[in-house]
Amino acid sequence: MNVITNNKWIGQRTIRPDGVDKVTGRAAFAADTTMPGMIWGKILRSPHPHARIKSIDTSKALALPGVKAVVTARDIVDFPVDKSVMLGIQDMRWMCRNVMAREKALFPGHPVAAVAATTEAIAAKACELIEVDYEVLPWAIEIDDALKADAPILHEFNKFEGKPSNIAGKLEVKKGDIAQGFKEAEVVIERTFTTRPVHQGYIEPHACLISVAADNKTTIWSSSQGQFMVRAMTSYLTGIPQSDIRAIPAEIGGGFGGKTIVYLEPLATLLAKKSGRPVKMVMTREEVMRATGPTSGSKSTVKIGAKKDGTIVAAQGTFYLQAGALPGSPIRGAVGCSFSPYDIPNVLSVGYDVLSNRSKVAAYRAPGAPIGAFAVECVMDELASALKMDPLELRLKNAARQGTKAAHGPVFPRIGYVETLEAAKAHPHYAAPLGKLQGRGVASGFWFNAGGESSAQVNITEDGNVVVTTGHPDIGGSRAAIANVCAELLGIDYRRVSVLIGDTATVGFSNLTGGSRVLFASAMVVTQSTEKVITTLRERAAKIWEIDPEAVKWENGAAHPASPNAGQFEPLTLAELAAKAPQMGGPIGAGVQLNTEGAEGGFGTHICDVEVDVELGIVRVIRYTAVQDVGRAVHPGYVEGQMQGGVAQGIGWALNEEYIYNRDGKVDNPGFLDYRMPVCSDLPMLDTVMVQVPNPKHPQGVKGVGEVPLVPVMAAVANAVHNALGKRFYSLPMSPPKVLATLEAEG
Amino acid sequence: MTDIRYLSPSTLDEAVSAFAAAGSAARILAGGTDLLVQMRAGSVRPGLIVDIKKISEMTAIEETADGGFRVGAAVPGAVLAEHPRFGKVWPGVLEAVNLIGSTQVQGRASAGGNLCNSSPAADSVPAMIAAGAIVTVAGPNGRREMPVEAVPAGPGRTHLKPGEILVSFTLPPRPPGSGDAYLRMIPRTEMDIAVVGCGVSLTLKGGVCTTARVGLGAVAPTVLLVEAAAKALVGSKLDDAALSAAASACSAACRPIDDKRGTIAYRTKIAGVLLKRTAAIAAQRAGGN
Ligand SMILES: Cc1cc2nc3c(=O)[nH]c(=O)nc-3n(C[C@H](O)[C@H](O)[C@H](O)COP(=O)(O)OP(=O)(O)OC[C@H]3O[C@@H](n4cnc5c(N)ncnc54)[C@H](O)[C@@H]3O)c2cc1C
Repeated sequence: MNVITNNKWIGQRTIRPDGVDKVTGRAAFAADTTMPGMIWGKILRSPHPHARIKSIDTSKALALPGVKAVVTARDIVDFPVDKSVMLGIQDMRWMCRNVMAREKALFPGHPVAAVAATTEAIAAKACELIEVDYEVLPWAIEIDDALKADAPILHEFNKFEGKPSNIAGKLEVKKGDIAQGFKEAEVVIERTFTTRPVHQGYIEPHACLISVAADNKTTIWSSSQGQFMVRAMTSYLTGIPQSDIRAIPAEIGGGFGGKTIVYLEPLATLLAKKSGRPVKMVMTREEVMRATGPTSGSKSTVKIGAKKDGTIVAAQGTFYLQAGALPGSPIRGAVGCSFSPYDIPNVLSVGYDVLSNRSKVAAYRAPGAPIGAFAVECVMDELASALKMDPLELRLKNAARQGTKAAHGPVFPRIGYVETLEAAKAHPHYAAPLGKLQGRGVASGFWFNAGGESSAQVNITEDGNVVVTTGHPDIGGSRAAIANVCAELLGIDYRRVSVLIGDTATVGFSNLTGGSRVLFASAMVVTQSTEKVITTLRERAAKIWEIDPEAVKWENGAAHPASPNAGQFEPLTLAELAAKAPQMGGPIGAGVQLNTEGAEGGFGTHICDVEVDVELGIVRVIRYTAVQDVGRAVHPGYVEGQMQGGVAQGIGWALNEEYIYNRDGKVDNPGFLDYRMPVCSDLPMLDTVMVQVPNPKHPQGVKGVGEVPLVPVMAAVANAVHNALGKRFYSLPMSPPKVLATLEAEG
Repeated sequence: MTDIRYLSPSTLDEAVSAFAAAGSAARILAGGTDLLVQMRAGSVRPGLIVDIKKISEMTAIEETADGGFRVGAAVPGAVLAEHPRFGKVWPGVLEAVNLIGSTQVQGRASAGGNLCNSSPAADSVPAMIAAGAIVTVAGPNGRREMPVEAVPAGPGRTHLKPGEILVSFTLPPRPPGSGDAYLRMIPRTEMDIAVVGCGVSLTLKGGVCTTARVGLGAVAPTVLLVEAAAKALVGSKLDDAALSAAASACSAACRPIDDKRGTIAYRTKIAGVLLKRTAAIAAQRAGGN
C-alpha cells in the first residue's frame, strides 16, 4: 500500500464549496428557476403498454383558453430506424422515439404529446382534451415473455438471426478455449439468477426551464449529469444548432446515471419555440417512476469450473438484460466486468439486449456490472464451499494482478484488487463472532472507470485568489476535491480556491458526469492549467527580479529564488503578483482541454453480516464493511460517501426494491411508499476501508470511485443470507414474502 | 380549478352545521396528512374544508372521573406522546399512534384522522380496538357513541352518517395487572404501511389472563376485532398452547388480498406470528410474567 502523506490539502476533509448553500436551502435546483412570462409544460402519456397510435387530435386542447402550444412526435426531428446516429452511449434513433412516441406507444407512461399553458392546471386539463386513437397491441414485460416464440414484437424492423425479434443486440467476449477449460475442471457449479429492474432513486425529479428567443437563441436551465449532453441531444431532436443553445447546469439533486439522458428538454424547447414564452417542466415522482430509466431486470446463467486445489480453469456467463422499450441495455457492464476480478484462462461471456414494454433503461452506477457480479459472486461462494475453502482465499488464489489479461481485453497495470482481499481478511469484521440466525458473506466487484473529454479554466483574481471553472456537474463532491488539488499545487489555503461548474457557453466541452470519470479527468486538466498558471507566476517574478524564470521556484503560495545563486529576493506572494499583473503582462489564467486517458478500473471487496427474522422473513443487514482500491483519496470524506452510498443502494436492490406490475402491464408502485428504497434506520453504520494504490497514469493517482461500491453488494448480502440460513436465493429482491415462502417450501 | 372554501370554526355546533349543510362535497380536516395528500393526488376534490383543530374538545386530552381517558379526535401524535400519564397507562395505544409516519407527520397526524380515513392498514386502529375504546360522534341529530371497530365500513368508507364528525375516543379505566401493545410488520423499519398490524390488550391476575382484546389490521377490508383470539387467551397463563391457539384464530380471521404490499399466504401466516409477539409484550407490561 502506498499512502501519500506529505500533502497539505490532498487527502484532507475540507469543507465542500456547495455545502452551505445545500444545508441552508439556498442551492438553486432546476425546479427553483423562474422567468418573467414563464408558462408550464405538461406531458400526455400513454396509458397502454403497447399500442399503435392511429391519430392524435389536439384541436380541443389548443382551443382551451390559456393553452399556448402543443407538440407531438411530428415536431421532433425524426431519425430513421435504419441509420444509427450515436451520441455517447445513446442512439438518436431511440432517443427521438423515447422522448415522444412516434409510430407506437411502447410502455405506460410513454409521452404522446406535450402542452404548454399559463398554469399547470390548464396544461393538465389540456392534456385530458387531447384525443388519441390507439390500437392496443399485445405486450410483454418480463424477459421470458419477450423471448417466447410467439411473443409480441416491439419493433418489426429489429431482427435477430434474420427474424423479427425482441433481442436487440448481442455482445460476446472470449478468452482461451471454454470447452477445453471445463474439461479440465474437477468441480463445476452452474446456476441461474434473476434480478428486478431498480430505479436510481434520485430525490430530485427531472426539471427544466427553457427560453427560446425569436432568433432561436435558446437557454436551458436543467438538472442533468451533463450540460453538453443536454445541448447536443436537444440540438439533435429540435434541429437548433448547438451554437444557438446555451445549457446551464443547475445544482443537481441526485442522478446515479439516470440523468445522463434527456426527457424534458427537447419538449420544453419546442413548446417554448412555438409559444414564444419560457416553458418550465417538472416531473412528478410518478412520472419519474413510470417513464424514466431504471436499470435492467435480468436473467443470468453463470458456470465456473475449478481444480480441486481451487484454481479456476473456466468461466462462462450468459446475461439477458432488459433494455426497456428501445434498444440499449448495459450488457457491456455485465459481460465485461463480471469475471474481471479473476485471472481465468478460459472465459466466455455473452450478453443479450432484450426489448420489452417497459420504460427505456438509463445508466445506473456501474451499469450492468452489479447484475453480473450478483451471479458470478454467488457462484464463487458456492464454489468455495464445494471446495471447502474460505471464500476470500478462493478469490486470492485466483485474483487478477498486474499483468493479468482480462477477458474484455486489457492487460491490467498495477491494480489493487489483492490488497482489497487482504484488507478484508485482516479486518476485525471478518473474524467477529456471529449470533443465532446471523450470517456473513463476502463478494468482490470491478468497474471499468472512464476518462474522456474534460476542460478547465483556472483564473487568478485581481486580489490574488483563484477561480476554477470545470464542465462536469458535481454529483459526488468533485468541487471540493478539485479545490484540494488546485490549492495543493498553488500552495495556498483551499478556501482561496472557488470551484464552479461552467455552462456550455463559458467552459470548453466536457463529457458528462458518468463512468466515475469526473475527478480523474478534471483533476488532470485542472493540474495542467494550474501548472501553466504557476509557470506564468514564475515568469512574472523573474521579470520583476530581472532573473531567469528557471531560477524561480514556486513554493507555499509564493515565488522564491530557486537557490542562493539566483540572488537575494523577498518572496513574491500570489496576491502580490496578482496586484502587479496589469503592469507585468496582464491577466493570469490558463485553460486546458484534453481527451483524458489512463483511467484504470477499480476493485472492491465487501463483507456483509445479516440477521434473519425467520418467522417474518425479514433480512436485516447488521454490519457492513466495504473495502475498495480508491487510487488516491483526494477528499476522503467524499470517497467514503461514495462507498457508503453505493452500498446503501445495493442493499435496497438486494432486499426490497422492485417494480411491481399490475394485470394491465402498468407499474403499481410508482412512488417511494411502495417502491421501497432503504431508509436510514434500515441500515447499520456502513464501514469503509480505503486501500490506496495510486493510479500511475494520473498526476494525483486518482481512480474512479463512484461506481465500484455498488457492484459487490447484492452478492455479499445473498451470500450472508445463505450463511445464516443454509438456503440460497437466486432471485432478487429477498423481500419478506419471498424469504418466508422459500423457508416454508423447503421446511 | 374549482374553488375550495375553508372554515375553521371554534365550536362543534358550527362545525357540524357547516359540514352537514355542505353535503358530500365537504371534508373534515384534522392533521391533513391523509387529506392533503389525497387532494394533491387528485383523488379527492372537496368544495368545503372544515378544519376542526380550533375546537377545544377535539384537541383536548382529559382523564375521566373513573380513571379512563378521553382523547380529542384531532390530537396530534406528538401531543399525545407528551401527556404525562397517557403513555404509562396505554403504552400500546401510544406506540401505535406514534408509529404513524415520521417526526414531521407526528406533529399533525391524529388518531381521529387515522380512523376516519379508514385504511385497513391504519396503525392506531388495532390498538384502539384492543383497548376497547369508544368513540363519540356528533351530527345534525346530536351525539352518539359507538365502539371503534364499528366505525370503518371498508377501505376509505366509514359508518359515520352524513354530517357526522368524530369528536373523541374514550378509553376505559385500567384494572391493575393490565398491559397493551401494538406491533406491525413492515419490510422496512419506518416510513412504511403495515403489511399486518396487531394490537393486544390484556389483564393478568396471578399469572392468569382474565380479559383480553385483539385488533388486527391490514388483513381484511376493515381492521378486525378478533374475539376468537381473545377467547383463546382468557383463562390461560399465556402458555405456548394458548398463544398458538390465539395465533391460529388470528390467521383464521384473515381475509386479505394479494397486493404490492404482501401476499395472502404471507399476511395470513404473520398475523399469527405478530399475535404471539404482541401478546408477550402486553403481558410483560401487565407485569404478570
Ligand atoms: C409521510 C406519511 C407517512 C404516513 N405513515 C403512516 C403510518 O405509518 N401509519 C398510518 O396508519 N398512517 C400513516 N400515514 C397516513 C396518515 O398520516 C394517518 O392516517 C393519520 O393518522 C391521519 O390523520 P390526520 O389528522 O392527518 O387526518 P386528515 O388527513 O386530516 O384526515 C383523514 C381523513 O379523515 C377525515 N377526518 C379527519 N378527522 C375527522 C373527524 N374528526 N371526523 C370525521 N372525519 C374526519 C378527513 O376528512 C379525511 O378524509 C402517513 C402519511 C404520510 C403523509
